[in-house]
Amino acid sequence: MNAKLYDKLIFEHSAPGRKGFSLPRNTYSHHIGEIASLCRDRVDDLPEVDEPTVVRHYTNMSNNNFGVDTGFYPLGSCTMKYNPKINEELAAGVKGLHPAQPASTVQGALEIYRRLELALCEIGGMAEFTLNPFAGAHGELTGLLVIRAYHASRDDFGRKTVIVPDSAHGTNPASAAVAGFNIVEVKSLPDGTVDIDDLASKLDDSVAAMMMTNPNTVGMFEKNIPAIAEMVHKAGALLYYDGANLNPMLGIARPGDMGFDVMHINLHKTFSTPHGGGGPGAGPVGVRAGLEKFLPTPRVIKKDDGSLYVERFNDSSFGSISAWLGNFTVYIKALAYILSLGRDALSMAGQLATLNANYIMHSLDDLYKLPIPGPCKHEFVFDGLKDKSTGVTTLNVAKRLLDFGFHAPTIYFPLLFHESLMIEPTETESRETLDRFIEVMREIAREAAEAPDKVKEAPHDTPVRHPDDTEAALHPILTWKQLCDKPTAS
Amino acid sequence: MSIHRYFPHSDADISAMLDRCGHKSLDELYSDVAPELRLRKPYDLPEEMSETEVRRYFENLFSQNRRMVCFAGGGFYDHYTPAVIDAIISRSEFLTAYTPYQPEISQGTLQYIFEYQSMMASLTGLDVSNASMYDGATATAEAMLMAVSASRKKKRVLISATVNPAVARVVSTYARYHGVALEVIPDHDGETLRSELEAMLGAGDVAGVIAAYPNYYGIVEDYSGWADLCHSHKALFILNCRASALGILKSPGSLSADIACGDAQSLGMPLNYGGPGLGFLCTTNALVRKMPGRIVGRTTDAEGRRVFVLTLQAREQHIRREKATSNICSNQGLMALHTVVYLSLMGNEGLRQVNDLGYGGLRLLAEKLEATGKMKLKYPDRPFIDEAVFEIADGLNADTILEAAAKEGILAGIKLDERELLVAVTEMQSPADIERYANLIASLKKS
Repeated sequence: MNAKLYDKLIFEHSAPGRKGFSLPRNTYSHHIGEIASLCRDRVDDLPEVDEPTVVRHYTNMSNNNFGVDTGFYPLGSCTMKYNPKINEELAAGVKGLHPAQPASTVQGALEIYRRLELALCEIGGMAEFTLNPFAGAHGELTGLLVIRAYHASRDDFGRKTVIVPDSAHGTNPASAAVAGFNIVEVKSLPDGTVDIDDLASKLDDSVAAMMMTNPNTVGMFEKNIPAIAEMVHKAGALLYYDGANLNPMLGIARPGDMGFDVMHINLHKTFSTPHGGGGPGAGPVGVRAGLEKFLPTPRVIKKDDGSLYVERFNDSSFGSISAWLGNFTVYIKALAYILSLGRDALSMAGQLATLNANYIMHSLDDLYKLPIPGPCKHEFVFDGLKDKSTGVTTLNVAKRLLDFGFHAPTIYFPLLFHESLMIEPTETESRETLDRFIEVMREIAREAAEAPDKVKEAPHDTPVRHPDDTEAALHPILTWKQLCDKPTAS
Repeated sequence: MSIHRYFPHSDADISAMLDRCGHKSLDELYSDVAPELRLRKPYDLPEEMSETEVRRYFENLFSQNRRMVCFAGGGFYDHYTPAVIDAIISRSEFLTAYTPYQPEISQGTLQYIFEYQSMMASLTGLDVSNASMYDGATATAEAMLMAVSASRKKKRVLISATVNPAVARVVSTYARYHGVALEVIPDHDGETLRSELEAMLGAGDVAGVIAAYPNYYGIVEDYSGWADLCHSHKALFILNCRASALGILKSPGSLSADIACGDAQSLGMPLNYGGPGLGFLCTTNALVRKMPGRIVGRTTDAEGRRVFVLTLQAREQHIRREKATSNICSNQGLMALHTVVYLSLMGNEGLRQVNDLGYGGLRLLAEKLEATGKMKLKYPDRPFIDEAVFEIADGLNADTILEAAAKEGILAGIKLDERELLVAVTEMQSPADIERYANLIASLKKS
């Protein structure tokens, strides 16, 4: 990373008359001028830049960024594991395939879809998967629409509620709302697991589903999951598995065997595909036997002769959530990951992630407040520093970590604790990296006691310090044009 | 030796770490998982493959695909991807970064999203853009939800019959489960019937109207006056656009559209067998707080430097939970970078030339096909740029043509019905390719 901010925007490199494109000579006799009445004069404000300038600009810009390849992300609930390079190389293999090509010309691509689907069925303990959803939240929506279609197929139209734990990811209630459900929260016990009595009081014939992640967002395995599944099913509802925390379960237990009916998986978490600064990801959705017919179209179907084709419509399906088959190149990366690990190493990934998390937890719980004692799974939550007298907050600790070259943990989530500091190391971090992180966290605790202002004023050594969020929201400047119109706001 | 090259742990590391935690085995860390829940047998998955074996595995699968000369569009277009783009987006500082929630160490991502928002606002002629959506279909569905939310109580949304059916299916799925009555405005001769639109608006309770630009048939419908009509019924006017065409067409903003959305795959993204592409969504200042997804804004830091942050987050799921404007979290981040690098290289002039090449190429193809007497433009009097519907003469049908062309390595278009193909031409198909297509059609025998 740059020590100093590279602060230019591409527009500031623009000069009239420069170009960065290379197109074939136009030898056609008809020209766009023939429909001039429908055309604009020009697109204002696009830059005019040459190729070397573009390359240097974005290369410099990349140096303002932190990534998994530059440093450690102890980022709870995000599973920032190493993104293997072979996966990227292979993902280029479908660049030239149009999604409307006849099935006979894309059998290899369809086979990739099918093989990943089968692997996920095996890992999830599900009967069938759709890979189409573009991201985890999109998978949640897809899974909830499967559940709506299931209840509708039984003429059970009264189920308008989805139950989510108060520790749930924000996308759970948001997805349920987009799917047209009302949301009811169920309380957590002091140990972070679901309060069964509270759940019992909320289960009735208005409930369509309960959404859970297991391990939950405080990193604890929900031991009562068989009982919860039984209660939910007895009430006629389905149990939904938010796969954001699937990683520690690899090789240990399968959501299908725990009693979940529908699940999604974040390929950009558990299956090593890169986050790309916010996407593209993929959120495949799996269902238990009996729910397959509700999955969205398009679907990849195997014919009797073994060949594959894409089914565009299907009456029993709840509908479509994508025009084509989703973020296809992400599937290549996930399948390459599964094959590169193979079944044995894949089954170790979760255990090593869990070991890494417990190692950090045990090495810091004398200085940081551990509200829920372990063993944890892949992640755990501190409720800030143990010594609250210093006034140093979780935010301060997170920002101070940046000075030492670490990404911040997830903070102020889950909402169960005031000073949540959620740490997930993943299995791809070495003991040396964890030791250095532990040493720094201890150093910060020491600083908090001895020189609290140093922590409160952090970060000190990042290329940018204390951006003014309030100003950004009060007077939004969201484009280059707006920036030029209002050159300075402060 | 460690278990796998992706795991740094040696046996010694594992024992030392377990010791620190006070556990004897890895298994002990899972003592809370009841035995009856535990995996009963190892996964039924292949054994570990070496890197070379993984490469061969995929090479074998890729060999069962066929790269074709692509005359198909229908939402995904075969455009030129400058070599620069891969070099930039494969940089791990961009590729392996998380969502830029820590602005101090994420200015790279935040800067390019700001550039992306700026360029998409320019292209659409609207005030603001979000940081991206999944694809054109979901972006249009979100635009519909935005219209419903902005109208507060209205529950009807109108969508033109000329919108890409794959997009309409997704919009209709979102509508059905969100209690929105989505009604189709009929078309005639390839264009939306304005008289029907007026009547349907007149019936009241319409939150938004969705039209396509260019439409599914490649036709550039004239939407002047539409926004006024929608606004007079307090409905939002939403244009589902093909991003590359906005390089030449009057901007949605100049047509007073409230929301422009669609797929930006046409801005030089590889076909990727349908994904990732990129959904975009742009709107006016008035509606910015109803906009779904992430937004980046400018601010200053403690040293007074111009910096960028995620802003207006009070709309989003991690803050508002069930009251959020949308459930979107991860979007298509890296493809927004793909877009800004493309638009930086192309600029206004490059986009114009791309559209001009597609226009000239499609006209040439239309002339040559018409000369065969076997295919001709279905809507010869309608304006189009680089995609159009061709009618197939008696004695031939779409399947025969697609099959014969596939044998020659040509994807002849998308079948609309037995006697119609939707055909697109871009700068990627040379005059020689066009000649080959026309010769192939000429050689087909009518039955």
